Amino acid sequence: MTKDGADLNKRRFLTNTTAVIGAVGAGFVAVPFLASWAPSERAKTAGAPVEVDISKLQEGQKLTVEWRGKPVWIIKRTEQNLKDLPTLNDKLRDPDSENDQQPEYARNTTRSRKPQIAVMVGICTHLGCSPTYRPDIAPADLGADWKGGFFCPCHGSKFDLAGRVYQGVPAPLNLVVPPYFFKSERTVLIGEDGGAA
Amino acid sequence: MFKNLMTWVDARFPATKMWNEHLAEYYAPKNFNFWYFFGSLALLVLVIQIVSGIFLTMHYKPDGSIAFASVEYIMRDVPYGWLIRYIHSTGATAFFVVVYLHMFRGLMYGSFKKPRELVWLFGMFIYLALMAEAFMGYLLPWGQMSFWGAQVIISLFGALPIIGEPLTLWIRGDYVISDATLNRFFALHVIALPLVLIGLVVAHIIALHEVGSNNPEGIEIKKNKDENGVPLDGIPFHPYYSVKDIVGVIVFLMFFSLVLFFAPEGGGYLLEHANFIPSDPLKTPEHIAPVWYFTPFYAILRAVPDKLMGVIAMGLSIVVLFLLPWIDQCKVKSIRYRGMSFKILLVLFVIAFIALGWLGMQPATPLLTMLAQIFSVIYFGFFIALYFTSKNEATKPVPERITK
Amino acid sequence: MKQLLGVILLAFSGLVMASGGGVHLDKAPVDLHDKESLKRGAETFANYCLSCHSADYMRYNRIGRDLGWSDVEVSDKLISTRGADGEKTKVGQLMKVAMNNDYSSVAFGTKIPGLTVIARARGADWLYTYLRTFYLDDSRPMGVNNLAFKDVGMPHVLWEQQGLQKAVFKTVEGEDGNEKHIFEKMEIVQPGSMTAEEYDAFVGDLVNFMVYMGEPVQLERKSLGIKVLVFLFIFAIVAYLLKKEYWKDVH
Repeated sequence: MTKDGADLNKRRFLTNTTAVIGAVGAGFVAVPFLASWAPSERAKTAGAPVEVDISKLQEGQKLTVEWRGKPVWIIKRTEQNLKDLPTLNDKLRDPDSENDQQPEYARNTTRSRKPQIAVMVGICTHLGCSPTYRPDIAPADLGADWKGGFFCPCHGSKFDLAGRVYQGVPAPLNLVVPPYFFKSERTVLIGEDGGAA
Repeated sequence: MFKNLMTWVDARFPATKMWNEHLAEYYAPKNFNFWYFFGSLALLVLVIQIVSGIFLTMHYKPDGSIAFASVEYIMRDVPYGWLIRYIHSTGATAFFVVVYLHMFRGLMYGSFKKPRELVWLFGMFIYLALMAEAFMGYLLPWGQMSFWGAQVIISLFGALPIIGEPLTLWIRGDYVISDATLNRFFALHVIALPLVLIGLVVAHIIALHEVGSNNPEGIEIKKNKDENGVPLDGIPFHPYYSVKDIVGVIVFLMFFSLVLFFAPEGGGYLLEHANFIPSDPLKTPEHIAPVWYFTPFYAILRAVPDKLMGVIAMGLSIVVLFLLPWIDQCKVKSIRYRGMSFKILLVLFVIAFIALGWLGMQPATPLLTMLAQIFSVIYFGFFIALYFTSKNEATKPVPERITK
Repeated sequence: MKQLLGVILLAFSGLVMASGGGVHLDKAPVDLHDKESLKRGAETFANYCLSCHSADYMRYNRIGRDLGWSDVEVSDKLISTRGADGEKTKVGQLMKVAMNNDYSSVAFGTKIPGLTVIARARGADWLYTYLRTFYLDDSRPMGVNNLAFKDVGMPHVLWEQQGLQKAVFKTVEGEDGNEKHIFEKMEIVQPGSMTAEEYDAFVGDLVNFMVYMGEPVQLERKSLGIKVLVFLFIFAIVAYLLKKEYWKDVH
């Protein structure tokens, strides 16, 4: 049907231009549909940072709060706990927290901003169960070398009181430390860094 | 490389064959005018409704206690949820505008006549399915108009003798429109009817392509073919009509966007004001009216003083459209060559349809009811009169070849 | 074609509204670009309406983001409720209130409607008229009636600002020969803290806010619409040139 005198170059140019504009338009149209999958205001509100009052937290006590649907533990470690942490290093997979499981300010031996206050997500890095808190020293089932930590009942993974994972257990990584900061001496806000790194 | 890929596919699936049969070598008349945009536009709106509908289903909750709230959740909390919602609500109106204009084209140019009766019938079934789809969709926001509109229409079935009451109970799944009704309408609206619609549209297009398209002159282009079997007045759909329909699509999208972005409520006709009040079974709104695209038939329903006869009249007003290929006995297809009687009748029909549409939106005062009765008579009169006048209509000779 | 139909429909809608029902509605001074007005309206809404009416679908923090307040400012100016845990309601929460249907049915004789989308249901002009046409009526439980909403169950919450007025009706003979009472004017019985103009502006701000609250995204919607139309216009031109080029083959 195309006549011989048809300007094929013009046709190609116009076809390509139309196609390009059409593709751009299709891209614009796709944006709202894809964006609609992002967390809604309701999800963001539910996922908002959680304020926790730690003024009454005793040594050895563990508080659990929910943040973004996950359990977050806040533990006041004893001085002895802190002394014991470095002695465990050669039994651990990642004693220096090289894997990216924590914010910069938690990349230290105690994996926390303040040495005594531990903040971590209570979900085993193996398959997602919530480990049990075992602050007791040298219990029968965990052995004489146990200096306190967490034991996951699902597949036997073990973590120390800084959330660092032991070698020889199924879990591959240290427990996640969420972003957090101290709004004051008695209040910690879980979910935000608070600016200061 | 593409050629090799297509060879591989074609040995296993008739891709190129279908491409040729339905696009590159589907010869359509070369004189398609403005009225011929609406078929492809109807297909476009179907796709728009399906895509926007799917995304709405990701956030909407079909539970009477939270349905209304979930729509406002979409409007406020879901990123661009408002846009997806307005696309869907504007699309519903756009669908009927396009379909009514598409059907009118059929009336004007005799596209329902032999050998295209089945194209017309499939189209009428699509129209029925579309009305059901729109009716069920409208319940979902669970506003006052959703609830009471459904209440009124479903109770119409109660007019049927003997089976009426048990039938309405069965449709509702409860003694009043309730959560049970909402859930089943959701299922029908989201998956059952869309599947039916898609199936019918495929059948509609296959039936059309089997006999070839009509045109504004009403000339059968297959009567005059060249030595290769190509109709002399035909042009391949692709690239000529694909390229023309792109322009049609863009212009349509401009009107669509005008409404969507600047008047999504449509002055209360697209998103009715009463529907921003959550449904309340104990409080009937002052003024229950169906959405604009149903109002012509609603006017006919109300025009008849008896409930059962009104339901029958309303049903007949749609059934009679199915019978058009056999009511209209004129051999000439296009209005361009038909007698004055047809032109007058068609104009009257259009006036009656629009008038009934307006009347269906008004409260039923005695004066307006009388007007509705008059226009209902004209509506049915079109078909009755046509049956007689079309037999020996004073038509003009139809040309052999397309020149305009 | 669609535009023509739209115009026809809108013209008919005018007829419908005129035939609809009685009360003359004053024009509400809505201007969603006036953020200061919206802020004043938001505070009025929070201080006077939220004790009984909820805005179940509106979040506090959106008001701040759209009108120019920080989360802290929003909390200070608009939030006075506490959650079940005793903590002050957070800015991310929805504007719900404690009053339930059982209580309101006894106290006010009816369920109290939520107000999030009331502006879309009733219209700005109706709300503006409603809030300014309460008048004294001993026969009503709350002591007041309303021109726009006959026998309303709501008290005149803003009486301190507007003052109290009584409605003067005149009796005329209707077409059917029966007597009809037509509203003639309002008479101030006890002035409020605001003049009539001040009160009109006060209510105007509140209605402005309620229009915003009914659809917070409307300004963004229109602005996106302009961009879409410009894009489509350019696209239409290019597509038309493409069509014309190919259709040189035909004819």
